[in-house]
Formats: sequence, structure tokens, C-alpha cells
Amino acid sequence: MMTIKQLSVFLENKSGRLNEILDILGKADIRIIAATVADTSEYGILRLITSDTARAYEELKSHSVSAQQNDVVALTCRSMADVLATQLRSFAQEGLSIEYMYCFSIRERAFMILRTSDSAQIEKVVSKYGLSIITEKEFLQL
Amino acid sequence: MKRADLEALQIKRLKETLRVALRSPFYKTRLEEAGITPDSIRTLNDLRKIPFTTKNDLRNHYPFGLVAASMDQVVRLHSSSGTTGNPTVICHSQHDLEQWANRVARCLYMVGLRNHDVFQNTSGYGMFTGGLGFQYGAEKLGALTVPAAAGNTIRQIKFIRDFGTTAIHAIPSYVSRLYEVMREMNIDPQTDTKLTTLIIGAEPHTDAQRRKIEESLGVKAYNCFGMSEMSGPGVAFECQEQNGLHLWEDCYIMEIIDPQTLEPVPDGEIGELVLTTLDRDAMPLIRYRTRDLTCILPGECPCGRTHRRIDRLKGRSDDMFIVKGVNIFPMQIENILMQFKELGTNYLITVDTVNNNDEVMVEVELSDLFTDDYSQLQGLTREITRQLKDEILLTPKIRLVDKGAIPQSQGKAVRVKDLRKNK
Repeated sequence: MMTIKQLSVFLENKSGRLNEILDILGKADIRIIAATVADTSEYGILRLITSDTARAYEELKSHSVSAQQNDVVALTCRSMADVLATQLRSFAQEGLSIEYMYCFSIRERAFMILRTSDSAQIEKVVSKYGLSIITEKEFLQL
Repeated sequence: MKRADLEALQIKRLKETLRVALRSPFYKTRLEEAGITPDSIRTLNDLRKIPFTTKNDLRNHYPFGLVAASMDQVVRLHSSSGTTGNPTVICHSQHDLEQWANRVARCLYMVGLRNHDVFQNTSGYGMFTGGLGFQYGAEKLGALTVPAAAGNTIRQIKFIRDFGTTAIHAIPSYVSRLYEVMREMNIDPQTDTKLTTLIIGAEPHTDAQRRKIEESLGVKAYNCFGMSEMSGPGVAFECQEQNGLHLWEDCYIMEIIDPQTLEPVPDGEIGELVLTTLDRDAMPLIRYRTRDLTCILPGECPCGRTHRRIDRLKGRSDDMFIVKGVNIFPMQIENILMQFKELGTNYLITVDTVNNNDEVMVEVELSDLFTDDYSQLQGLTREITRQLKDEILLTPKIRLVDKGAIPQSQGKAVRVKDLRKNK
């Protein structure tokens, strides 16, 4: 599997809502490995990589939180701007656009979680340009 | 009956109705004050000179102030629950009951039921008119009529199977319940019962819900409309075309009015249904404001009947609100929201003045997050906005909210919050 599971959560634009959602996950003993919040003026979407996406989803659902499980790709490279640029260029060269991306780094290594316009094409790009993918299992061990 | 003949009959019966109504204390005062006599009516337009009758009139003259016959002639009464004040009471003579049964029989005949049918009525019997109203009507038709009454679903299903029930009258939500229990009992309604026809009403439902009922039970389902003030069931009924309900104009005069201006609205436009009884002698009602919203469907029905059709009910006029001169009914908004499978069933309409401008905001619950892509979420909002604008002629603001974020009120849901200072 090239992809890893992500949990997207609808975030109503009201104070304390993010806390409520994190509390639900915290009580269920879910570990959050990566997170990002994107927002518009009316609502936001919280995107999470967690230790157990399926269970986190069920927990949220039982609290009437609108959420969705979906697939994203996690890449890793050296945490240097030029290296990152090279990686991303390969997507552009294949005509894939990046819908969103969030990154974090551990010491010298950068990790990028991204969603492209055509996820079916990812495999081709990864093998053609020799990008390093992180599997879900590896990711959870970070 | 030709339209011209039907309208001539209406005028004749209207004059007779006024003559009868003048015997009741209420109408004697009301009509004399307005200077109305039976001779004031020459054309149907003259009806508009007569004042409306409202539910409050019935309450204020509880219980017998509108009775026009001698009490010796009154043989039955039905009454509303009276949860919000005095109940409304409707009295019937033998003649009224006879004509009421005839109307219901006519409705059932229209949807194809005959004397060999077995008709099971799941309405509550007693004060509620859906019980006895359908009982007498189906008996008048000659059908074997089973007064099963409400509840006890397992027993209902046993009756359906043992008696070979072909037709059922039920509220739509109870039909779903019947179907669920049949499935739990491993009964296939299509092969294990003789059901062909369902009469559904008394509860707002959409055409999509009707189709679902038809598919699951393998029947034809017909929408019916009635109200206790107009005797009960049998005021208007769908024919086999299933496109609008023929309102029996030999027994009622219908008007559709703007609930604010009280002026008539053109055919096809939504307004409040106003009814005048034409064939009731214990307690005629003249220009009774039903508070039910509907519209007259323009054009002739392919079935050939000349009684005009009303659309399925669009809600209650008490719920109407006006923004920038446009009358808006929550049901119009609800019907559109319900078409989006991405949305839940709860919504709240807020009207407020923002920078001297009246704005409509619709908060609606997401059923689940169907995408994590903003452009798709925004596309959904745009599409809802567009469809609502086509319907209510204003551009509302749409806010997507979490499931359960809209507080559920006890009892009837509050759908409209009007925060304007100058309403």
C-alpha cells in the first residue's frame, strides 16, 4: 500500500470546537501523529494522522461529529528546501497538482503528507522518480 | 360534470348554505354585521364579500355557537385535542354523516377500490375523524372494512394476512413501521400479502417518500387530505394520475389567499387554503381559514375530472415569514434541502437585519463529511444557494454545521428564528 489513512473532520467555526474533538479522541486513547487545520471564514477541516483511524472515526461518529476517512500519501526526504523542490517538481512534470500538503520534520528528515489531483497516478510518479514513500506501518512507528 | 354546471351548483348550494348558517347564533351576528343575505350572492366572486371564519371563532363560540340545526338533529360530534386552548367541535346531522361517507367512498372508488376489497383502517377511532370517517366511507363503498385502529403492529400484520387485506389507510411514518416489522417477521409484503393500495395522509410527506413506500410494499400509494373542521377525510384526494389532489368542489368552495393581504393568489402560486362547506346542515363553515398552504394546479387532469386539483400540502401559514416583500414558507426550503443526500434532516432559518438589509441564513446539518475537499464543500453550498434562490427568489446565506448542532426542540420543531427589530 502506497497510501496511509487520514481522518478529515468537519470543524464548525465556533470557539472550543477543536478542543471538543481532541477531547473525544484523547479519552479514546488515540495518538495524534500529524495534524493540520485549514479554514475558510465559515468552517474548517481538521486533518489528522492517528494511531487508529478506523477507531477514531467511530468515536467521532458516535459523538455526531461529521468526519471522513480517506487516503493520502506520505513521502520523506532530507529536510532541505532544494531536495523538497526536486521531489515536488516530479509531480508537476507528470501533470499532477497538489491539493494540499502538510509537513513536519524530525531532525534532518522531512515528512510530507499530501493529496494530489489524481491519486491513481502517484504510484507511477513514485517509481519513475525514485521518491521514498512511507508506509502506514512505518509512519505509526515514528 | 362540466365546469359551468359545477359552478352553477356551487352558487345554488352557497345560497342554501348561507340560509342555513343564518340559523346559528354566530353566523346570524357575523353575516348581519357584514350585511350579507343569501341574495347577496349572484356570482362566485360575491363570496369575497363574506368575512372569513377562523379557528379562534370556533374556540370562542365553543362548543355549540356555530350549530345551525336544532340539537335534536345533531347525531354526532368530533372534536380536536384542544392542546392550545378550547378544542374545536364539529357537529354532524344524519345528512352530514351520509354525505361525508359518500365523499370518502368516492375517493376510494377513484383510486380503484371496489366492494370486493378488504380495507384496513389503522387510524385511531374516537374523536379523531380518520377512524370513523374512513370506516363509514369504506362501508358505503361496500368494502369489507376492518376497524383495526392504531397500534399493535404485529396484530395489524396478522389481520393483513388472515383477512386478505388489499388496502390500508395509515400515516406515512406508520407504513414504514409496518414494513420494518414485516421484514423482522420474514414476511415479504409483495408475495405474502394481497396489498394493492395504500391511502396515506395526515402527516407531511414528500413524493420521494411515497415512491419509497410504493416500492417497498409493491403497492400504489395515494395522498389524501381532510381536516376535522371540514368533516374529516375526503376533502381532496389523489386520482390514479397521482399528480395533485382533486378537491370535491360540489361539496366545498376553495379559495387560495395570500395569508398577509388576504387577497386571492393566481393558480399555481402557494397560499392559504380557504374552504366553504356546501353540503353540511348541522354546522356549515363559511370561508374557513384552514392555515394549510397549498396551490391550485393549473390545467386539466388527464383523468377527466373537472374538480380542480391542489398540490400536496406545503406547511402551515402560521410558519410563513416575509423578507423583502416575498412570502417564504419553511416547507419550500425544507423540500429543497431534503433533496441533498449530503445533508441531514435538521435545519434552522434565521432572518436578521444586517446593515439595514434583511438577510436569510439557513443553517443545515451535514449528514457526514462526504469529502475533505474544500471546493466540493463550497460547490455543495453554492448548489444549495442556487436552488433555494430559484425557489424563494432571494439569495440566502448557507451555513453547514455539524450533525446535532441545531438544538432539537420538544414537540414541533422550531424552524424559523426572526431576529429583525421591525418585522
